[in-house]
Amino acid sequence: MKKEYVMGNGAIALGALAAGINLVSGYPGTPSSEIIETISKYKQGTIHVEWSVNEKAAMEVAASASYSGARTLVTMKQVGLNVASDPLMSLAYVGVKGGMVIVSADDPGPISSQTEQDTRMFASFCRIPVFDPSSPEEAFTMIQDAFDYSEKYHTPVLFRPTTRVCHAYASVEISETTSPRQYEGFIKDSGKWVIFPRLSFANHAMIEKRNPQIGKDFSTYAGNTVEGSGNKAVFTGGISYAYAKEYLKDYPDVKLCKISTPYPFPEDFALKCLEGVDEVLCFEELSPFLESELLKLAGTHNLPIRIYGKITGHITTSGENSADYAAQVLHTFLGHSAPHSGMDSSDAPTLPMRPPVLCAGCPHRASFYAVKKAMEGQKSYFCGDIGCYTLGNAMPLDMVDTCLCMGAGITMAQGFHWTDPESACFAFVGDSTFFASGMTGVVNAIYNEADMVLCVLDNSTTAMTGHQPHPGTGRNMMGHIVEKISIEKILEGMGVCKIVTVDPLDFAKSVHAVKECASQKGVKAIIFKSPCIAISKPDKQMQISDKCIQCKKCIREIGCPALITVDGKVAIDPGLCTGCGLCSQICPVNAIGGDTHE
Amino acid sequence: MNKDILVCGVGGQGTVLASKLIASAAMNLGNTVHSAETIGMAQRGGSVTSHIRIGEQAYSPMIPHGSADVLLAFEPAEAVRNLAYLKQDGIVIVNSVPVKPVTESLHDTGYDGSDMLTYLQKKCQCIMVDAQKLCADFGSTRYFNVAILGVAIGAGRLGLDAETVLNEIEARVPAKFAETNKAAFLAGVKIGETTLP
Ligand code: SF4
Ligand code: SF4
Repeated sequence: MKKEYVMGNGAIALGALAAGINLVSGYPGTPSSEIIETISKYKQGTIHVEWSVNEKAAMEVAASASYSGARTLVTMKQVGLNVASDPLMSLAYVGVKGGMVIVSADDPGPISSQTEQDTRMFASFCRIPVFDPSSPEEAFTMIQDAFDYSEKYHTPVLFRPTTRVCHAYASVEISETTSPRQYEGFIKDSGKWVIFPRLSFANHAMIEKRNPQIGKDFSTYAGNTVEGSGNKAVFTGGISYAYAKEYLKDYPDVKLCKISTPYPFPEDFALKCLEGVDEVLCFEELSPFLESELLKLAGTHNLPIRIYGKITGHITTSGENSADYAAQVLHTFLGHSAPHSGMDSSDAPTLPMRPPVLCAGCPHRASFYAVKKAMEGQKSYFCGDIGCYTLGNAMPLDMVDTCLCMGAGITMAQGFHWTDPESACFAFVGDSTFFASGMTGVVNAIYNEADMVLCVLDNSTTAMTGHQPHPGTGRNMMGHIVEKISIEKILEGMGVCKIVTVDPLDFAKSVHAVKECASQKGVKAIIFKSPCIAISKPDKQMQISDKCIQCKKCIREIGCPALITVDGKVAIDPGLCTGCGLCSQICPVNAIGGDTHE
Repeated sequence: MNKDILVCGVGGQGTVLASKLIASAAMNLGNTVHSAETIGMAQRGGSVTSHIRIGEQAYSPMIPHGSADVLLAFEPAEAVRNLAYLKQDGIVIVNSVPVKPVTESLHDTGYDGSDMLTYLQKKCQCIMVDAQKLCADFGSTRYFNVAILGVAIGAGRLGLDAETVLNEIEARVPAKFAETNKAAFLAGVKIGETTLP
């Protein structure tokens, strides 16, 4: 055995390896991305690892592998589960053979997501079990249990850590060697693996009969615990348990009940916890899941218990919890005197804001700026998408009018075209997002005769989630060099009428390309191709000469963080500048020069 | 040992290395350690923190308000931003060199860190270090993270000895930078040993 100090995501990965997984698939998304990366680093023996093109693909690849008896892991963030929900809903009916665990990482806050959706609700919607780890250590053992339950009940199982568990570090003890499971292989049986209305009907009945049994089974599950005693109880789970425990460690006179398996709800366990209890506080994030379950339970069992939580307005309905928030609500619930709080810094001088911005030298800045300049004075719509380039919305670029979900920019540009045919409709999409969910939108535009300009911001990586490879990069997670899939050729094959590939750092050419495309009817595409500077790390710089007239146009127009003012004068921060040369092409008096971009 | 240490600064200042060194040094001395770091979009020039919790009794991965024994701040405003985490008798060890927000050139706020430093001195125990000066001898300010860490060790506030941390630097920093890192660290230790808050 050896100890490894790892992130929660690493603990999940190591737990899955200890469970003998044969295949893992997923799509990057904060806070889940490091799971697959850790597996590819630690794996021994034959395990297939892939970044799938999107979450739906990942789910389906794993499903059939699991039909073959292999143990499979699928990873994604919570919004990815929406993309994968089509196969998952049906898979819940069909069931699996080899253990299949789907990690869907929730993001209360939200810290880096579009929604505050709750995977526990998804589990109850799909009628499949879900596990809710409260720490990296627990995630490590719990994911192994999740595989066992999956096999025991022949069902896919959800596993939902939240950001603070995914990103917390702790030590886990792992064995030196792990080996993937032996598996039987697929046994054909169309009555079992082909979903038909009759099968769905039969299996639906079976599932509704089975789930209360799983709930009973979960009632003795070691992850569901009760500490302390008294006539007041706190029901919690996941990271909220850790916050509650931080406060309650000094108070044994209250019951602290941790539900690690929220669905199917372990009713017997909860009933036991509720014995002798008059008041309950449900301390959880996202949806009032435990609270609703307890209300149902109290209702069906006629329990004279007051249950407080989100529904009753005692717990905030949105945002994440914290140890401080736990102390605040628990002391009120328990009638304690106010907890000691931190130093009061409300009288502090105004703190500088540090909003996220596109990096210095980021090619996306140049792409946005070219489109902005080319379209000046013309009515245009700029539909953004999910990725670093969402930051193109910030001043002074201000080039993102909409952002909804992965790939939506392409189809939304079409909706704007149909409601305002005279204006120019642009969609900005990254290379990884294009593969994940952009292609169908382009087909839709061509087929339905929309006029639009697609701008693919191709920086050859999945930048925002930590630079994962994708089909256009020529590398995969098995460490193989593979044929790069060409975005140009895909678009050509679809019948996009005009495709221009330009280097966004060549300002004049880029503006020309945009003007040309915008003036033409039909679906046109510009591929702005330049590598992500966080990967290519160019070792170049620009300088400002004494020709500078201090007009500050460079600063006002593009907002590159390397353009600064020192004692009121414009300067370039040599530590940040990457020599991209965009500013030098904007300066009216050619005062910026140096090691330019070729 | 029970200790909560908060490392804070601006993305790119090397808070992660400093927190890794603290965590692994504490583990090598037989402690249970938990930590949590800012990850994702916030890293680009944004405020970043690393919470390090040493001891068995830490449940929340992030330090509760009013519990940090030490605030290791790589930037004055970031020290103030995280002051609520500090214990009443905790100490702030802060680099006095400000980092202007990347948006400063667009919206001039005149931020230069001085208000923050005055405020810190008024509010709490505080050691201020001009990391730029401290690192001048090493040819680059990139080593200031280990230098500030050295100050905290020298001041005896982390419950870790210089030797253990030096071993960690040796183990974790690429060989070609290890010597300079060690020298910068020791320069910090010396300052920590002789400076009173
Ligand atoms: S060349 Fe200009 S625009 Fe490019 S990174 Fe340097 S300062 Fe920024
Ligand atoms: S645009 Fe040129 S002249 Fe104007 S401030 Fe910038 S460098 Fe100076």
